[in-house]
Amino acid sequence: MSFKSVFEQYSWNEIQHRIYNTTQEQVVYSLGKKSKTLDDFLILLSPAAQSFLEPMAQLSQQLTQKRYGKTIQMYAPMYLSNECQNICTYCGFSLDNKIPRKTLNPFEIEKEIAFIKAQGYDHILLVSGEANYTVNIHYFEKAIRIIKLHFSTISIEVQPLTEEEYKQLHNLGVHAVLVYQETYHKEVYKKYHPKGKKSNFEFRLDTPDRIGKVGIHKIGLGVLLGLEDWRVDSFFNALHIDYLQKTYWQTKYSVSFPRLRPAEGVIEPNFVMEDKDLVQLICAYRIWNEELEISISTRESETFRNHIISLGVTSMSAGSKTNPGGYSMNEQALEQFEISDTRNTDTFKRQIEISGYEPVWKDWDSSFNTLSR
Amino acid sequence: MKPLQIKDKTFQSRLFLGTGKFGSPQLMQEALIHSETELVTVALKRIDINTKVDTTLQALQHPNWSLLPNTSGARNAAEAVLAAQLSREALETNWVKLEIHPDPKYLLPDPIETLKATEQLAKLGFVVLPYIHADPVLCKRLEEVGTAAVMPLGAPIGTNKGLRTIDFIEIIIENSKVPVIVDAGIGAPSDAAKAMEIGADAVLVNTAIAIAQDPIKMAQAFARAIEAGRMAFEAKLAPIQNSAYASSPLTSFLFD
Repeated sequence: MSFKSVFEQYSWNEIQHRIYNTTQEQVVYSLGKKSKTLDDFLILLSPAAQSFLEPMAQLSQQLTQKRYGKTIQMYAPMYLSNECQNICTYCGFSLDNKIPRKTLNPFEIEKEIAFIKAQGYDHILLVSGEANYTVNIHYFEKAIRIIKLHFSTISIEVQPLTEEEYKQLHNLGVHAVLVYQETYHKEVYKKYHPKGKKSNFEFRLDTPDRIGKVGIHKIGLGVLLGLEDWRVDSFFNALHIDYLQKTYWQTKYSVSFPRLRPAEGVIEPNFVMEDKDLVQLICAYRIWNEELEISISTRESETFRNHIISLGVTSMSAGSKTNPGGYSMNEQALEQFEISDTRNTDTFKRQIEISGYEPVWKDWDSSFNTLSR
Repeated sequence: MKPLQIKDKTFQSRLFLGTGKFGSPQLMQEALIHSETELVTVALKRIDINTKVDTTLQALQHPNWSLLPNTSGARNAAEAVLAAQLSREALETNWVKLEIHPDPKYLLPDPIETLKATEQLAKLGFVVLPYIHADPVLCKRLEEVGTAAVMPLGAPIGTNKGLRTIDFIEIIIENSKVPVIVDAGIGAPSDAAKAMEIGADAVLVNTAIAIAQDPIKMAQAFARAIEAGRMAFEAKLAPIQNSAYASSPLTSFLFD
């Protein structure tokens, strides 16, 4: 039993039909309900719910504060490598993109650590492309052994791995694994991922199950907003979270919102998602699922990020670089996506404080990792 | 008001405070001052024991406040015991609020692991205050293994729903030989007052104060409610009657 068998019970077209035929009466009813189900999530992300954005935002703020207080968890991404053997038509790291490739060596990793640490971070997100010959579990293990000496929380966003490899990451002290399905539309997925290991839709779909089985503390999910109809894709993403939450009940879940932005040699988004759509989606997630961690990166603009702090988000990055060595080295390897909010960490930290929130740098202790094997 | 004794410490205030969820360390500090609390919890996972300048810890330096480190994040007894040992070393206190919640959704305490950890920690010389379900039998079992107090939940943590478990808390209070501190779910000063009226020894509050529009004023409100509730308990509440004793329809024939 894995998510695949749940997924196969649903049809894309049917869900799309339900979303677009939702009525305002259904929205009112859903908003008033005491506890929310996945059906309510579907209703709240519908076009009919757009005219309820303000009450949704207020409810989302209230529920988030109840659960998380007035705090924002801080993290910084560190790109380990932009080598990649996949062709993903939307990504700057795509194999067919003729760009300089770089994988950090231990010395360079140390330099990046020093820079990120100096900004105050204690939670690091390690990112790479998919290059299984060079940037594989052996590479990750070496990198993590260096990095864990400096950070309490290590999250990792790399290619899907095997259950055995996830067990290794867990034993090394990795706290969270992020893996995005990109789109749950199977046919469209094949078009965007024509070549490389990533073109296997099912293997990716069952990745969170493999992560859940080994007891990793947190699993991060998401879809690439802009590839397909974000409403339908987000419903399937929530369906996935709902299944995982019931199956791996000791695990925490987070959702991220990578919205397609220009990267070098890359297609335009197929479906444009506007700011108001993203706010609606974030609020719908929060109202449906009070404990879900919601993360926003520097892909989003200054103005958007300033306002979203108090609307349901729990975790944010700042001052990010999305190219390997981007923090500490002059040599600029190509970035995965263009940063929209270029403010440095200190400036953004002050913005959080101005909004009446406390930036939280440490929320985990590495001592918990030593016994969880 | 009678002071509260837990092991080696005496408390004038029966309000214990959690320190998460505040918008800033300054706000937390002011709310704590106005609450007149003498015991504040702090999560080991939130503090950086390797640095001398941890902002949370700095804000918690006050002559009236004792720190009660909690093991939040631990999913089993082994992790919780290790966390307690680390916090004893870092914060120089053998007091620990034992929190073992393997379920990240409702953060409900695992009674089996909690009992195991309490026994181990008590043997290691800790003053253990375990966060538990309002389970009267578990409370007696914890007493047997050396717990310093019990901390039954009033409602799921962070929900502000009040004393949903009141019937069980009353049984716990009736039978307990150790102090009973109602933890979790207290949403309004009236909930706290009620807990004190039925004889709880103290209450622990976090969310209700931290996310109030005015946390400082709310801290004061809680302090007063707890004082009022405790005084009512000490003054012995008049029993609740279903009707006044106006007539004696059953026994009046005896006196006719």
